[in-house]
Amino acid sequence: MTDAPIAVSTTTLTPRPAPGASRAPAVEVQAFGFAYGAREVIRSLDLTIPRQAVTAIIGPSGSGKSTFLRSINRLNDLVPGAKYSGDIQVEGQSVFAPGTDLVALRQRVGMVFQRPNPFPKSIYDNVAYGPALNALVPRRDLPELVERCLRAAVLWDEVKDRLDEPGTGLSGGQQQRLCIARALGNRPELLLMDEPASALDPISTQKLEELIVELKRDYTIVIVTHNMQQAARVSDFTAFLEEGALVEFGPTQRIFTRPAHERTEAYITGRFG
Amino acid sequence: MNRRTFRRFKSNAMVGLMIVAVVLAVLPLLFILADLVIKGAGNLDLAFFTETPAPAGDEGGGVVHAIVGTLIIVGMAALIGLPIGIGAGIYCAEYPGSRITWITRFVADVLNGTPSIVIGVFAWAWIVATQKHFSAFAGSAALAMIMIPMVLRTTEEMIRLVPNSLREAALALGYPRWRTSLGIVVRSTLPGIITGSLLAVARIAGETAPLLFTALGSQYLSTNPNQPMAALPLTVFTYATGPYDEWHQLAWASALVLILVVLVLSVGARLALRRGAGTHG
Repeated sequence: MTDAPIAVSTTTLTPRPAPGASRAPAVEVQAFGFAYGAREVIRSLDLTIPRQAVTAIIGPSGSGKSTFLRSINRLNDLVPGAKYSGDIQVEGQSVFAPGTDLVALRQRVGMVFQRPNPFPKSIYDNVAYGPALNALVPRRDLPELVERCLRAAVLWDEVKDRLDEPGTGLSGGQQQRLCIARALGNRPELLLMDEPASALDPISTQKLEELIVELKRDYTIVIVTHNMQQAARVSDFTAFLEEGALVEFGPTQRIFTRPAHERTEAYITGRFG
Repeated sequence: MNRRTFRRFKSNAMVGLMIVAVVLAVLPLLFILADLVIKGAGNLDLAFFTETPAPAGDEGGGVVHAIVGTLIIVGMAALIGLPIGIGAGIYCAEYPGSRITWITRFVADVLNGTPSIVIGVFAWAWIVATQKHFSAFAGSAALAMIMIPMVLRTTEEMIRLVPNSLREAALALGYPRWRTSLGIVVRSTLPGIITGSLLAVARIAGETAPLLFTALGSQYLSTNPNQPMAALPLTVFTYATGPYDEWHQLAWASALVLILVVLVLSVGARLALRRGAGTHG
């Protein structure tokens, strides 16, 4: 691998590197703020989320973790009175730019929720519906894509003989992996996970964590979690949020062994939160 | 009596009271059904379903004109009322904060509480009086007006039961808003919407008052929606209040057929809901 020459010039505008071409950050957050009406949830957040790595967002309840996550794919637009300030860029594109196509954005940014929420459709349709709708692949290639997604979500062997059964009939852990397969169907650049294991039993959680580690080879993952051990196990970077502000960000190993901030240490050692 | 036995006694007494309430609620329906079967079933022969009424005072004859008429009038009412009611219900459920929703809901609730004869009078004033003749279509329009607020409200309630997480899942996958509403939210409540629709059809099938001065009724078999038309509830009304014994027999039999139709629709509605619930796992 040859190092690209570093452009120092600030006067010429060079096109941003194509996704995956460099170690450019996947998500760039600049002075981002969020408020529901008069209630300020996030205050001036600056954060750089590295590509093809797992970044854990930790912090006590109400610190704005989920709100931040749901701002990246602008799902918070649904909330009445939602106000954004500052900027979030996904692969160099601002998600708040006027005329942003939310459908295209959400296709590039997949999301997995706290509670598994498969559609009341067959297992196959749960995965196939997104790519079919967005016409990502020719219709005849759908079965192959569905298989690939289910394999990537380590669910294929458990469901391959009953793809036409309702997705809601699976166990909680299987449902959550189905939701991940569903999100992968869109071939996202970024995967957001909002406490994906909080409704799962320990064995399902372990499977899910193994899956996350597996997925980071191809995807950039941002995971919100309340579980410190989980953050330590699966993530490469950790951001500690408190009361809507970033306290500390860094490689997970350092955050958990030598936190720079007293509050961070207090939180990860369980003294509050 | 110690505390525990007293509690058990109280519990049993309450359960007993509830059983009495259930029996009292169901008893009238059983009496009506039994009475209708006893007095009406004897007249249900082939002629009843295939012939028009015999001249007054004569034996025999049937009510095929009223059966056909009810099918046509109720069918047209459903064609008008269901799409409007379901569509408006979806709107109200998906845009709960909008002003239009607030107004629609208010109007629907008022309409729901409006006596059906009042709606019949309006249909008369708007359609019959302007066209200067009675017509089956006017009857259908009146029934549709009764149906729309019912279907609207049940559809809305059903859709609002859909957890928000399902909506978010679809939006987060890049579904456009309308596709999320129709493809995911409405699709998953389809059994409930079908149930509500069937119950509304069952309800209007038995309405008499709105038809009195719209469809009017007729002694002849007619399939022209622009002409007066017979309907089972009208037949029951006319024959039951008529002076001839043969008419009374036909009225009993017609009432039995009407209630059976309503029963079949209601049972169908329950089955639709259960089968739908099954696929939800």
